[in-house]
Amino acid sequence: MNNTDNINEIRTIIARHKRWDLLALVAGIIALMIAVLTFIALFGNMVIDGMPRLTWEFFTSFPSRKPEIAGILSAWVGTTLVMLVTAAAAVPLGVAAGVYLEEYAPKNFITEIIEINVTNLAGVPSIIYGLLALGLFVYQLGLGQSILAAGLTLALLILPIVIVATREAIRSIPVTIREGAYALGATKWQTVADHVVPYSAAGILTGIIIGLARAIGETAPIITIGALTFIAFLPPSPVQDQFPFLSFEWLMEPFTVMPIQMFNWISRPQEAFQHNAAAAGLVLVLMTLLMNGLAIYLRYHLRKKIKW
Amino acid sequence: MVRVPAPAVSHRPKSLHHNHKRHLKERIIELLLFLAAFFSVFITFAIIYLLISESLVFFEHVSLWDFLTDTQWTPLFDDAHYGILPLVSGTAVSSLVALAIALPFGTIIAIYLSEFAPFLVREIAKPFLELLGGIPTVVYGYFALLFVTPMLQTIFPNLPGFSLLSAGLVMGIMIIPYVSSMTEDAMRSVPMHLREGSYAIGATRFQTAVKVVMPASLSGIAAAYILGISRAVGETMVVAIAAGMQPNLVWNPMEPAATITTYIVQVSLGDLPHGSVGYQTIFAAGLTLLLLTLVFNILGHLLRKRFREVY
Repeated sequence: MNNTDNINEIRTIIARHKRWDLLALVAGIIALMIAVLTFIALFGNMVIDGMPRLTWEFFTSFPSRKPEIAGILSAWVGTTLVMLVTAAAAVPLGVAAGVYLEEYAPKNFITEIIEINVTNLAGVPSIIYGLLALGLFVYQLGLGQSILAAGLTLALLILPIVIVATREAIRSIPVTIREGAYALGATKWQTVADHVVPYSAAGILTGIIIGLARAIGETAPIITIGALTFIAFLPPSPVQDQFPFLSFEWLMEPFTVMPIQMFNWISRPQEAFQHNAAAAGLVLVLMTLLMNGLAIYLRYHLRKKIKW
Repeated sequence: MVRVPAPAVSHRPKSLHHNHKRHLKERIIELLLFLAAFFSVFITFAIIYLLISESLVFFEHVSLWDFLTDTQWTPLFDDAHYGILPLVSGTAVSSLVALAIALPFGTIIAIYLSEFAPFLVREIAKPFLELLGGIPTVVYGYFALLFVTPMLQTIFPNLPGFSLLSAGLVMGIMIIPYVSSMTEDAMRSVPMHLREGSYAIGATRFQTAVKVVMPASLSGIAAAYILGISRAVGETMVVAIAAGMQPNLVWNPMEPAATITTYIVQVSLGDLPHGSVGYQTIFAAGLTLLLLTLVFNILGHLLRKRFREVY
């Protein structure tokens, strides 16, 4: 009798734990569903509001006081140029720093400081970078509210991302590759430049794309350096039809970028401008989704293909 | 028979010379790479130097005591008050609302993905969450102002058009992917044999998740939470767009208020002359923000050390 009591007791305990298990499973699925549905609702709403404004003219018109003829020409040109500067500054610096930390750095105090510092920089709010840029680039270096100042600001912001990605990519290269190169008499730099970096290029590229996707959407630091929001002209083209064919005048020009343009439209009370904001937001989201998607695809592919 | 000429002796010093040049080149390259790495330390020093030097000028005009205790923040008015408390309260309230959403949801999703979800669901959900993490914050600001606020107003009819509540809610949704993704990574890194041991003595998946996997990955989970907190505290655009920008000393999320970050945005949108007290206020505000996030980072570091499990 006592024995069956015990068994029954154990059975109720098991049943209770299984109920909890089921409950946790259902809670997990519901939480995931709520998150997914919220995002779908948000983006659905933006697509409904913004889609009708997404015409060819929207991409080829300057911003305007009349919402129906306003467009994002100066914004996307500005974003492209700022990204050029950002990539030109952040990629060499970030990759070089990553290579140093992974391949050269001795285990000492300074290396440890640099490593802790890179981790901490990644956690600094973006608006702080804006303040740094305002004080350093805009006033002390006298760059003003230019494309160059904005590009450098965003470069500082994504530097930790590029460094961390480079280190991770390099770390996945087996030591045998390096030993092989050394055995043939290659110097350290030859090993790094001819083998380690090229083999980890796809991983580094993934990090660069993720960093640039982050930079494209950053608004706060650009506002902080005092970027104008109403720009109805384009900077001079970098490519000229006369000698020397390349011009760097655009670096010092005032500009606007996509997120600033969107912010500007959101802040207007008229509903028509808010539809413009939705359309600009849609373009912005598609740009970042495309870049991040490419990065995820690259990484997924890497994981599958390369077997050392 | 043709005699093979002996190798010229004069080649040796030349190749040695070559070696020396090669060595020099190696050293120069190493130095350049070191400078690139050290540049990140320079950025940190530049940030600290700039914030402190501008703030010092600010504190010549305003006493530290007033800054910390005055309950009004009206630096651009004639009757100027420089109390940081209203901005801190706005930051705290919006962050608390955001974390009340992001931490529970993020954790539940992470437990589900790590311990319950079938392989395919995880392989689809992980990149999806990562994509959501990459969406610009200004877009979330749009959602907060033009979608979430009107929706909340149908539930709470006296909710103003700008409120910390809708900004905080959207911020919370925005942070879910970060928290869930990092928490899940931490939980996945717990070795399989710990789970197998737990299953072997008859534990359910839920028991295993809560009593074995989560304690074992506590340091990683703490890091994820800390990251969530510092993102909420430093978030700018969502609050700037959806919470209004009036500095109010409020603890009620149903009201509009300014945060430390939105004040900086507000000042930057106008044009304050370089070197004025108003210009220096944003650096004092920035220093406060940096110190706040620094406290959380140090806390995170200590938590990671305290709960680190070695297998």
